[in-house]
Amino acid sequence: MKDVFLNNISKTYHKGMVQAVNDVTFHVSKGELFGLIGPDGAGKTSIFRILTTLLLPDGGTASVNGFDVVKDYEAIRKNVGYMPGKFSLYQDLSVQENLNFFATIFHTSIEENYDLIKDIYIQLEPFKDRRAGKLSGGMKQKLALCCALIHRPTVLFLDEPTTGVDVVSRKEFWDMLKRLKQQGITILVSTPYMDEAMLCERIALIQNGRIMSIDKPKNIIEQFPEDLFAVKSDTMGNLLHDLKNTEIIKSCNAFGAYHHVTFNHDDPEMKEKLIRILEEKKHMNIELKPITPTIEDCFIKLMEN
Amino acid sequence: MNNISTFIKKEFLHVFRDRKTLLMLFGLPIVQIILFGFALTNEIKNAKIVVCDYAKDAASQQIIGKLQASQQFEIQNVLLSHNQIEAAFKNGEIKMAIVFPANFNNDLLHQNKAQVQLITDASDPNTATTISGYATQILMDYQNELMQLQNLPYQIHTEMRMIYNPELKAAVNFVPGVMSLILLLVCVLMTSVAIVKEKEIGTMEILLVSPFNPFLVIVSKAVPYLALSLINLTVILLLSVFVLGMPINGSVLLLYAVSTLFIITALSLGLLISNSTASQQAAMLISLMGMLVPSILFTGFMFPLENMPYPLQLVSHIIPAKWYYIIVKSIMVKGLGFSAIWKETLILLGMTLVLLVVNIKKFKIRLT
Repeated sequence: MKDVFLNNISKTYHKGMVQAVNDVTFHVSKGELFGLIGPDGAGKTSIFRILTTLLLPDGGTASVNGFDVVKDYEAIRKNVGYMPGKFSLYQDLSVQENLNFFATIFHTSIEENYDLIKDIYIQLEPFKDRRAGKLSGGMKQKLALCCALIHRPTVLFLDEPTTGVDVVSRKEFWDMLKRLKQQGITILVSTPYMDEAMLCERIALIQNGRIMSIDKPKNIIEQFPEDLFAVKSDTMGNLLHDLKNTEIIKSCNAFGAYHHVTFNHDDPEMKEKLIRILEEKKHMNIELKPITPTIEDCFIKLMEN
Repeated sequence: MNNISTFIKKEFLHVFRDRKTLLMLFGLPIVQIILFGFALTNEIKNAKIVVCDYAKDAASQQIIGKLQASQQFEIQNVLLSHNQIEAAFKNGEIKMAIVFPANFNNDLLHQNKAQVQLITDASDPNTATTISGYATQILMDYQNELMQLQNLPYQIHTEMRMIYNPELKAAVNFVPGVMSLILLLVCVLMTSVAIVKEKEIGTMEILLVSPFNPFLVIVSKAVPYLALSLINLTVILLLSVFVLGMPINGSVLLLYAVSTLFIITALSLGLLISNSTASQQAAMLISLMGMLVPSILFTGFMFPLENMPYPLQLVSHIIPAKWYYIIVKSIMVKGLGFSAIWKETLILLGMTLVLLVVNIKKFKIRLT
């Protein structure tokens, strides 16, 4: 059973000058937690807006719950929950007023679906008379999620829900999504944070409006074609430069405390060879270890291809 | 219906929580009523007048000739009796009536004294004083010419009568003007900004992805401003009656009915602006530059339309505030009934319908 279908969806802006979404095809099963992973401007929001019937695609077809996004937009609007990228609630209304308002708009009440939002709402309750504009980032996001859930949607669209939210709140948020998934709600979430990709069941890596890969995060990592190593020395700036100018190195990217490198040939001797080269270039305290690729490594690899 | 009432309640909350804007909304009419109406002297050209000549003698004909030759006047009609003067004024076309009594020339030549009556429409006091001044000047010229010719102390007495606003209160001029401007400001500016704000903060996106009919979003937005405008209207009317001492001569009910129509016209304009803009700033700029400024210029209460070049007079026809201003003056000052303003009301109604149709056609159920 599939809840969301996209077939060859394309979208351009400025009279075709900007290709935001380019021939995108994927589907999401019922009750799945699906992530759309890509940097800003990759086309994530455009895809979400097409699926929530806010934008008309230039080409291709898409459906949600079996309803066509163009023809049956009214049916889709009744059944889905949508949380847009930027904080989109009424700043001058209180938590309670915002929630009541959205409940009424969706022909329901807080009481009716209280079990669904209970876990989240309990955290908001102490602030229920506070204006939404005066909440912290994490609280705003919880309120927005409550409002999107209030009518028990069949499919939930969350456009970059964790952007601009602190690490603790982000973690809490993903825990909440897992609980919602257990309630049988299909969830589509987009994020620019690669580390969050691992929390999804399946992900699509998207760049410049094109999908580069769709699979379980685990499988995407397994498909990483080369052995990956992390390198460190006392002079990281020079190290990056030197690595880039070393013949045996295929790719090299800065990754926090380490640089991630792959070799032209996956050959056990390469490790020794690289250490020798780096020592010749006067690098001190060289550390080189094999690592498992992250989604970010995979993303960069796919981008370079 | 529960939906709409919740929505409208929410809009009222928005309005009441924005204290600064609320203060401005109700402060503005009070300040304007007090500030406006400082005499603006204006030169008047081609004022339309009628002549009621009981004398039909050489002297009256010569004066009429002079009036006709002057740049200031344009004689519309030569009437036969006093009764027709009132009718001519109510038509709204003429600014002044000149009455020559029977035996005008005789009186002048034999008693060296004669009288002329000038009747002006003083619901626009600036125009009334200015044109009666022009007329007196022309009569004086004629008198001087006679004196030089025959060296006798001929005197023409001008008897001036200002009708509709005999005390020449400036209030009668600017109260209707302030009314049209305030209603326009509240309805066009506030409504368009309120709707565009939903687009800007992103709530419009959520509202669109809901079972709520998007067109009702807009309608619900308009309701609080309709209510606010009616309160504002009441404040202005109370101020003008009790502070400025300007009575409402016509039907209050009719005044409110026509005002409601004008408010709806302005609301539709606000909707149109909000439909075609994406930011609050743009909405504000278009409302101010595109609506408020032309309305101040072309309504006729600050700058007489009669003086404008013909193309600009044509422009004034498409300004809703101009028609509303005429209607309010007719009801409040002249105390006229619906029969006198049906034409202007019909024009406003037509404009509103056109705007509403355009709004419905242009309305977007999606993001652009």
